[in-house]
Amino acid sequence: MAVLNQLFIGASMGAVLLLIALGLTFTFGQMGVINMAHGEFLLVGAYTAYLLQNVVLALPVAFAVAGALGLVLERLLIRRFYGRPLDTLLLTFGVSLILQQLARDIFGAPNVGVTAPAWLTGGIGGFPYSRIFILVLALACVAAISLYLTRMKQGRRMRAVMQNRQLAAVSGVATERVDQLTFLIGSGLAGVAGVALTLIGPVGPSLGTYYIVDAFLIVVAGGLGQLRGAVIAAFVLGVLNSFVEFWTDASLAKVVVFAVIVAFLQLRPQGLFVLRSRALT
Amino acid sequence: MTHSKSFVGTTTSFFLLAGLLLLAAPALLPAFRLELLAKWLCYAIVAVGIHLAWGRGGMLTLGQGVFFGLGGYAMGMHLKLTDAGPGQLPDFMVWSGVETLPALWAPFRNPAFALAMVVVLPTVVAILLGTLVFRQRVRGAYFAVLSQALAAAFVILLVGQQGLTGGTNGLTNVQFFFGLDLYDPAQKRIVYYLVVGALGLVFLAAWQLSRSRLGRLLVAIRDGEDRVRFLGYDPAVVKTVVYAVSAATAGIAGALFVPVVGILGPADLGVVPSLEMLVAVAIGGRFSLGGAIGGAVLYNYASTGLSETFPSGWTYLQGAMFIAVMLWAPRGLAGLFSSGWSWIGGFRERRFPGSGGLSSTPASLPEPKAASASAPAQATSSTTSSASEPAPASGPAPSSARGEVPA
Repeated sequence: MAVLNQLFIGASMGAVLLLIALGLTFTFGQMGVINMAHGEFLLVGAYTAYLLQNVVLALPVAFAVAGALGLVLERLLIRRFYGRPLDTLLLTFGVSLILQQLARDIFGAPNVGVTAPAWLTGGIGGFPYSRIFILVLALACVAAISLYLTRMKQGRRMRAVMQNRQLAAVSGVATERVDQLTFLIGSGLAGVAGVALTLIGPVGPSLGTYYIVDAFLIVVAGGLGQLRGAVIAAFVLGVLNSFVEFWTDASLAKVVVFAVIVAFLQLRPQGLFVLRSRALT
Repeated sequence: MTHSKSFVGTTTSFFLLAGLLLLAAPALLPAFRLELLAKWLCYAIVAVGIHLAWGRGGMLTLGQGVFFGLGGYAMGMHLKLTDAGPGQLPDFMVWSGVETLPALWAPFRNPAFALAMVVVLPTVVAILLGTLVFRQRVRGAYFAVLSQALAAAFVILLVGQQGLTGGTNGLTNVQFFFGLDLYDPAQKRIVYYLVVGALGLVFLAAWQLSRSRLGRLLVAIRDGEDRVRFLGYDPAVVKTVVYAVSAATAGIAGALFVPVVGILGPADLGVVPSLEMLVAVAIGGRFSLGGAIGGAVLYNYASTGLSETFPSGWTYLQGAMFIAVMLWAPRGLAGLFSSGWSWIGGFRERRFPGSGGLSSTPASLPEPKAASASAPAQATSSTTSSASEPAPASGPAPSSARGEVPA
């Protein structure tokens, strides 16, 4: 029973991390943008839920608000930085500082909470409904994205740009439009993840910084721009973390997970799944 | 060549002037200000390491706080033990109910061991991570993310192991430093001179390293790692060595930070402080040694002054500063300065021909011989276009402009 319980905790942690990492996979994988402000798009989602006090309604609204903010960021700043991935990191860290301070000035430094709807309180067999909801939400998002990437014209263009930007451009794909859309979807997903986080506990202005590093690790372990990789990496890391935490303690678990990732990169330096390419670097 | 010589002359006299000012500071500043200056100079020592790893080597190291912390805790553990006296436990261990000295702490009673660990611990961690990461050709953004995760894990470990590390508070109230009473301003002044001396040594070492073959190889790897590999060098070794040097530098800075400030805790070492160390270098100019040092001092000066009077305003300014530097001055203040200098030089050249305009090429970078050498080759054999591709200009082009995204 303890094992099953630990497995469930790990899976639900993996689901949360997956929701956060999904957006990053695409902005990092396709555009090479290391978006440190991604954590603050979580905040946008979380505070949207707080203002609406309705989790279900907040999901689409948060997607729209965070997505719009992401689009503005892309248009104003990030598009000037394509091909300079390391510079985007510092740039977006500046953006993240500003957004965090804005949240602190508008909503105050203390944490705020969202009252979960009645049908999400309680649970079965020790598994809270809210965690199950997050698990389902994460899987639904994965399914939606995979359908989008394989069935829809825009999604196929997105994959084309990810695989070979120049070839896609000469084939007539408007890569700049695709980048905008990618960034919108990636940021919107962070907004959805932010709403999900309000179900776990109260949220505060520094929410993003707790999750951003883990989310980047998942992208690195899963492989850039790889949906399958992100899903597997998120759940494996979530479960691994919860078991190591169970055996030792929370602070050692982080170190063990980090060591496992570095060791794993020895076997597969580019992550779980690799985009095949003939490019040298 | 006279142009670049006079540029060297200007920079050397600038550094000499800065050095003299630092030596004269104890006579000019009150004790409190001097302590702050010493703290900023500790960050300047870290900046030298970041300049080597990031500016010269293109390794975006987001975890310098870890090495700073390892050096700092090695020193702090020794100082806490001597403060407590023989056979006694450091104060925080008593508070958290630890009764016998942990085995990890015991050897740090020996000053020679503690001093060695200040350098050895960061170096070993950097060599371990560097070897594992660079040998597998994990680079660019991947390396940045991993080094950041290291910082996150390190801080969580420090906070979690309360009895061993002092938890969130860290090591506090350090009073004696090898017999010096740190509460006495006159004796504390000696610590300030130690910091200035360390900065001077680290500066000279970095200067020498940049001019050495290793330093040139490093820049070559930054600008075209695969080309260097094709020439028969092993980039992983060069990068690991320089990463370890930059880690050791940060360790030394951390070790000096403890007697200067008297406190070292996780709040000085995490993801955000590590990023701040990096951003200070970006603002000053990561490609220039002087720029990196100046940036660290200026940034921390502004941070100390403004964060206390306008806490929320400072955060906005901080964010705006990162964005502005990345947008308009990716080479930092040093880059602005040197292009302004060459603009003035060019202006003089236009007005008064022959009066010595200044070249904006830093003296430590090789002259762009390769470009001129490959030009005739291109003219004679235009068919082998790939072989005669002109080498990139050897100016301080941002490394991140090409070949950093792992495909």
